[in-house]
Amino acid sequence: MAYADDVENEELHEPTGFIWKYVWSQDHKVIAIQYSTTAILVGLVALVLSGMMRMQIGFPGSIDMDSTAYYQAMTMHGMIMVIYLLTAIFLGGFGNYLIPLMVGARDMVFPFVNMLSFWFYLVSVLVLLASFFVPGGPTGAGWTLYPPQAITAGTPGSEWGIILMLVSLIIFIIAATMGGLNYVTTVLQARTHGMTMFRMPLTVWGIFVATILALLAFPALFVSGVMMLLDQTIGTSFFMPDMMQFGSQLDYSGGSPILFQHLFWFFGHPEVYIVALPAFGLVSDLISIHARRSIFGYRMMVWAIVSIGVLSFVVWAHHMYVSGMNPYFGFFFATTTLVIAVPTALKVYNWLLTLWRGNIHLTVPMLYSLAFIVTFLVGGLTGLFLGNVVVDIPLSDTYFVVAHFHMVMGVAPILVVFGSIYHWYPKMTGRMLHDGIGKLHFWITFLGTYLIYFPMHYLGFLGMPRRYYAYEDYPFIPESAQSLNAFITVVAIVVGISQLLFLFNLAYSYFKGAPSGGNPWRATSLEWLTPETPPKHGNWGTSLPVVHRWAYDYGVPGAELDYVPQTTSPEEVPVHESDHDE
Amino acid sequence: MTFAVILVAIVVVSVLFHFLSPWQATPLASNWGSIDTTITITLVITGIFFVAIVLFMAYCVYKYKALPGRRSEYRPENKKLEWWLIGITTVAICALLAPGLIVYNDFVHVPPNAVEFEAVGEQWRWSYRLPGKDKTFGRTSVTRIDENNAFGIDPSDAAGQDDVLIAGNQMHVLINQPTKALLRSKDVLHDFYVPQFRAKMDLIPGQVTYFWFTPTVLGTFDILCAEYCGIGHYNMRGQVVVDDASSYQKWLSSQVTFADVLSGGTVEGLVDQGQRLASSRGCIACHSIDGGPSLGPGWLDLYGRQETLSDGSQVKVDGPYLIESVVDPAAKIVAGYPPVMVAYEMSDEQLDSLVAYIASLSSDPENSTSIQPSTEE
Repeated sequence: MAYADDVENEELHEPTGFIWKYVWSQDHKVIAIQYSTTAILVGLVALVLSGMMRMQIGFPGSIDMDSTAYYQAMTMHGMIMVIYLLTAIFLGGFGNYLIPLMVGARDMVFPFVNMLSFWFYLVSVLVLLASFFVPGGPTGAGWTLYPPQAITAGTPGSEWGIILMLVSLIIFIIAATMGGLNYVTTVLQARTHGMTMFRMPLTVWGIFVATILALLAFPALFVSGVMMLLDQTIGTSFFMPDMMQFGSQLDYSGGSPILFQHLFWFFGHPEVYIVALPAFGLVSDLISIHARRSIFGYRMMVWAIVSIGVLSFVVWAHHMYVSGMNPYFGFFFATTTLVIAVPTALKVYNWLLTLWRGNIHLTVPMLYSLAFIVTFLVGGLTGLFLGNVVVDIPLSDTYFVVAHFHMVMGVAPILVVFGSIYHWYPKMTGRMLHDGIGKLHFWITFLGTYLIYFPMHYLGFLGMPRRYYAYEDYPFIPESAQSLNAFITVVAIVVGISQLLFLFNLAYSYFKGAPSGGNPWRATSLEWLTPETPPKHGNWGTSLPVVHRWAYDYGVPGAELDYVPQTTSPEEVPVHESDHDE
Repeated sequence: MTFAVILVAIVVVSVLFHFLSPWQATPLASNWGSIDTTITITLVITGIFFVAIVLFMAYCVYKYKALPGRRSEYRPENKKLEWWLIGITTVAICALLAPGLIVYNDFVHVPPNAVEFEAVGEQWRWSYRLPGKDKTFGRTSVTRIDENNAFGIDPSDAAGQDDVLIAGNQMHVLINQPTKALLRSKDVLHDFYVPQFRAKMDLIPGQVTYFWFTPTVLGTFDILCAEYCGIGHYNMRGQVVVDDASSYQKWLSSQVTFADVLSGGTVEGLVDQGQRLASSRGCIACHSIDGGPSLGPGWLDLYGRQETLSDGSQVKVDGPYLIESVVDPAAKIVAGYPPVMVAYEMSDEQLDSLVAYIASLSSDPENSTSIQPSTEE
């Protein structure tokens, strides 16, 4: 821990002036809030787009939206939600805020690079949004951007929109790499005295492993983006075979569309876990803290995160069972995909066993955490349909898939984002979020999303294909399916509008919220033990905290309080045998 | 308490919804009942886990609700319990995977007695080919596709001469006959999907993909495109008709072979030339000729009609208007249709044949006599 010692003796050059403090800031906490705010704002754009799509599906023709606009909305909604909201907020937002505080560091190891990471992210968002204003509008290629159609004339935005999309992704990957190197290095090098790897909160483990996945997976998207840009701009044929376009020969030859799919999903499947693993980590901490019980099976939870991370690199082609790849691949990828369910199921069991014989406080963060378990459970179980190759064949490209991935990597992680914001907002601002508004927002969001996505699976059983602008004159689809779609749209609009409650709560509580004090949830991990709330530049005042125990000492027998902070010495409260690292 | 009750309610409502839902798999019309069985197995096993886990959660939330003075149990792990849970989960996973892989093994092994047909996709329509009497398809290449060779068959390949070509959207197959679909795309990705058959597979330009099925129910079924392929994706319609032996033979005998098409040489008559052009240049992918819904205005009874444009003005559909709409589609957009058509380059002769063909689709051409002269140039 030589590095930490040096940090302690370094002078803290606290920035002065508004610009250096809040705009060109190198403080991980400010960068975290910049990342989160940008992600939430761009996420609102994607939310509005989804509302427009739902209007077209539920009430065809009710808004002025042709198939071009529909496919553009579909593409931008998906890409924004997956990359620019979820990836950015979990790594750039929570990763930035919590890693240094939870491991007892003064800041990220490379603060300047960390600042650059945010500004590159902001540029990537602006380039993406600029595509709404170029000739032809944004790309409507679907968020998977499959060639050849991504760059041929039958697809919206195949001239300018797709170029801006690819450039934006490339800039985003540069941003994520700069941030990611920081998170990994900080976890490995900047932990304070006594903070061994196996004393870290699971939040840090989740974000740490997710960041490693990001650093290994994003390059596959990066190269495929560059190759497609070359295909589009200078006429190379990486992904473009001999082909026609509306009856005329195109000047491409010999490329492979399916090569792109392999590259995309080699990134795309780990991407699911880049979003899911931080959510797993965060929700583990929320459940333990609000059930006042030590997380059940900490080491198993860590190994589950690590093994899910490793396995996530050998399951990608389960997105391609009907893509026309060699069908014998199906045997391998179905097996690996179902194997990954074992460590994932173990995490669910351990969350439940943390509740069991706990002392459960149904606070707003806890409500979101429990809702996450239900939602993630449904999404995980439906994943067993789609991962098992032959079961996937009738269901792929139907609404079953849409329902599945929205449950598992849309709603479930977003519930964790909400729960985590309710949980850590007091640390960020010194004030509590309003409880009543929080509960109202919770019930509408949880029950609403369940009502949207649970019945949607059945449209998939029926065989309704996804990515359809309209479903007129398909006799196998009964009239009642349209009624269900109308119902789903109504609920979706209600849930969408109810998100204003959350935004209002964030703004209102910033000024009027009840003062929280430093540790309102009576938690053990280091971020709650800062000398000031919100923590000042450098986080820890004059000396770094010293850690004596793991982060989950709740309900320790013999202790005076029902929680023992990580800094409490073994003389005061003995370190339990559960803390394996002496 | 409230939360526990709501969790129980979620379980009850979800299970009831499953059994009462009017939205179930569309009735099966192929041999792939075994795929439906794997879905049922998966539903049962995942359903048990769903019910058990949510109910256990409801129990915990009810039983261990925070009370003043209550302390949680301090027991950070229980290795034995965890290994038991891992074991049970592994058994359940095997119970899902094993039947799945067995059925998938059938799916990838095409029976030796399967007959082949080829489905060709392009934005946004289908055409089909049969191997003919020699049961061998002629070589094809996208680079050979032109007006007279919509399938891109190599004329020098003897095996291609007897290939049967079906240019329309409708294909016929024989009931209870194992059938292998070979899939080929002229332009972008598509997917051949008949919900009643369960099986589906993507079409990829530059390679030939396949899957097999045995149709078991007589009737007409929709072919849907299940891989997003651009703005007309939702409207890329085809049909497969499952026939008994006699109707199949009757249908087959009325189809043309590649040799017929080649010997037909140049087509006589403007209307026939226009028809061929409309097919080869893909016009009919977006302009239906039978009054069915389509991405652009349908051509049935179009000629001579009064159309309202997107700016509210009226136009009478005549030759000059149709020609303008081909070479500069954005100039006048019919209200209610998206401005998505690309401009086509055609010779004057080709344009005239196309107009003649469209005019021939109007059942009541007398109505349009007043403007007839303008099309005759």
